[in-house]
Amino acid sequence: MKHTHNPFIRIWHFYIEGFRNMTWGRTLWIIILLKLFIMFAILRVFFFQPALAGKSEAEKQHTVATSLSGERVDKPAE
Amino acid sequence: MNEMIQETLVGWSRSQFALTACYHWLFVPLTLGLAVVMAVMESIYVKTQDEFWKKAAQFWQKIFGINFAIGVATGIILEFEFGTNWSNYSWFVGDIFGAPLAIEGILAFFMEATFIAVMFFGWNKVSQRFHLASTWLTGLGATISAWWILVANTWMQHPVGMAFNPDTVRNEMVDFWAVAFQPMAITKFFHTVSSGWMTGAVFVVGVSCWYLLRGRNKRFALASIRVASVVGLVGILTVMFTGDRAGIQIAQNQPMKLAAAEGLEHGGAGAPFSIVPGIEVPKALSILATHDTEGVVPGIQDLLNGYTDNEGNVHLSADEKIRRGRQAVNAFAEYRKTVNKDSVTAIQARQTFEENQAYFGYGHIEKKEDLVPNITIVYWAFRIMIGFGCLLTLLLCLTLWFERRGTLAQKRWMQHWGVWSIPMVFLAGQAGWVVAEVGRQPWAIQDLMPVGVAVSGISASSVQVTFCLFLALFTILLIAEIRIMCKAIKNFRMED
Ligand code: HEM
Repeated sequence: MKHTHNPFIRIWHFYIEGFRNMTWGRTLWIIILLKLFIMFAILRVFFFQPALAGKSEAEKQHTVATSLSGERVDKPAE
Repeated sequence: MNEMIQETLVGWSRSQFALTACYHWLFVPLTLGLAVVMAVMESIYVKTQDEFWKKAAQFWQKIFGINFAIGVATGIILEFEFGTNWSNYSWFVGDIFGAPLAIEGILAFFMEATFIAVMFFGWNKVSQRFHLASTWLTGLGATISAWWILVANTWMQHPVGMAFNPDTVRNEMVDFWAVAFQPMAITKFFHTVSSGWMTGAVFVVGVSCWYLLRGRNKRFALASIRVASVVGLVGILTVMFTGDRAGIQIAQNQPMKLAAAEGLEHGGAGAPFSIVPGIEVPKALSILATHDTEGVVPGIQDLLNGYTDNEGNVHLSADEKIRRGRQAVNAFAEYRKTVNKDSVTAIQARQTFEENQAYFGYGHIEKKEDLVPNITIVYWAFRIMIGFGCLLTLLLCLTLWFERRGTLAQKRWMQHWGVWSIPMVFLAGQAGWVVAEVGRQPWAIQDLMPVGVAVSGISASSVQVTFCLFLALFTILLIAEIRIMCKAIKNFRMED
């Protein structure tokens, strides 16, 4: 490998060489990437929408206040 | 009907959270514990320059790597659930936990991404000392990432340092120090982290005992047992010391949890500690909870009906707390209704709210019996944690003793015990969380917010779907972990 003094390039080579020389680690990387894909691209997108997403601040306050006061709150004035 | 739907929703949402947290907690303590064992071994290598220790450290690093790779990011699912299933709770606690958790997550990620890479790829490329520092820092990064989540959990057990703002319906931090460093948080951090050291240590002892049973890697196994027993004993001493502190703190802040953990219906001065039903140690509970043989420990009925504590303070009955809680809830509703219309009524309502705010959560409790957590679960979980803790202490003392005397390799019963200790230590940790979390019920946030209010108003069936998805995903991950680890353990050979 070419020697360079640029620290970023040296760090880059350090990682790339490390990955290249991995033997048992490959299966683990596949598991990690697959898991992250399932979590972020499937679960997060299709199943885990934050329940208050898309509401304005006042609506969020109103929703939580309603739960906290057992349906006794008027709609927010705004 | 509505109530039933609500109960199903809360039940499934809790089950889902418990499932993900329990799975997550299989990976975390092993990460924390293996990190210490492998770092100690590498330190011995750097000191002695004996290649044997380098190979030993490298093997445990490999096991650490497998566990880390499979467990990493499983905790993020809990964050998803906060937003989706516990949105009222998430809004109510404000941004206080979100931002520090994110910063902590990013910091830990970069620390770990850097140092883990040096640890795995850096042998023979960076200096020995830099490599050793990276190994220690990998463990430190994992430990740091446990801090704020445990602070958040402590706040749910004992909410301090925040003020509720009825206008924004959120809690706002008024005292960072009180939130981040309240004694309960410090205790919880050390109890949890040191239980992780124990887990890693017992795991190493167990795997090494398996090698001894198979008559393989004898020198490696005995050396690993020596290091791990010491790490484990340091862990268990810290666990016991902090467990004792935790007992005193929950006696003060969550007496119902302690009463449930003891199955104590009627308490009083000189309360006994129940070892198992029917066998009691006189006055031991008073000693544990108050460090005084005659200290008053209230039982479940005392807490429901009101009692007077050691200092002569009168504690309200549950009915009175519920009455004041309803006043707080009504005043809160009145305030929200009138704040932009009628300032006089709003001011009055706010004042009533603030007077009764300490009991806010009780306003949602239907009947006082709902304030008692599931006694059977909490009682037995407490016994599993402490009982296994004692057995594991004995194990670590004996393995160290026999190893030092050079007789461990002949003691097959000890080796069997060592292998069986692996499930034991995991069960002890899980049981600890069951005590902490089931014991807190019905509260999401002690005295302020019951789980029924914290839960998002989504359909129970959607939670059932995600529950099943998680069950499948995590089970596959766990099977993968166990298979890959077993393969690595089986294939490992190190000449004596
Ligand atoms: C041997 C004596 C022990 C005592 C007196 C003890 C005491 C306690 C107490 C009182 C709690 C509840 C704290 C709370 O609700 O805030 C707790 C929780 C916990 N314990 Fe233990 N424990 C002991 C041993 C162990 C062992 C051996 C392990 C695992 C290897 C363990 C792991 C945990 C965990 C993970 C938690 C939940 C986190 C926390 O709340 O701190 N404990 N323990």
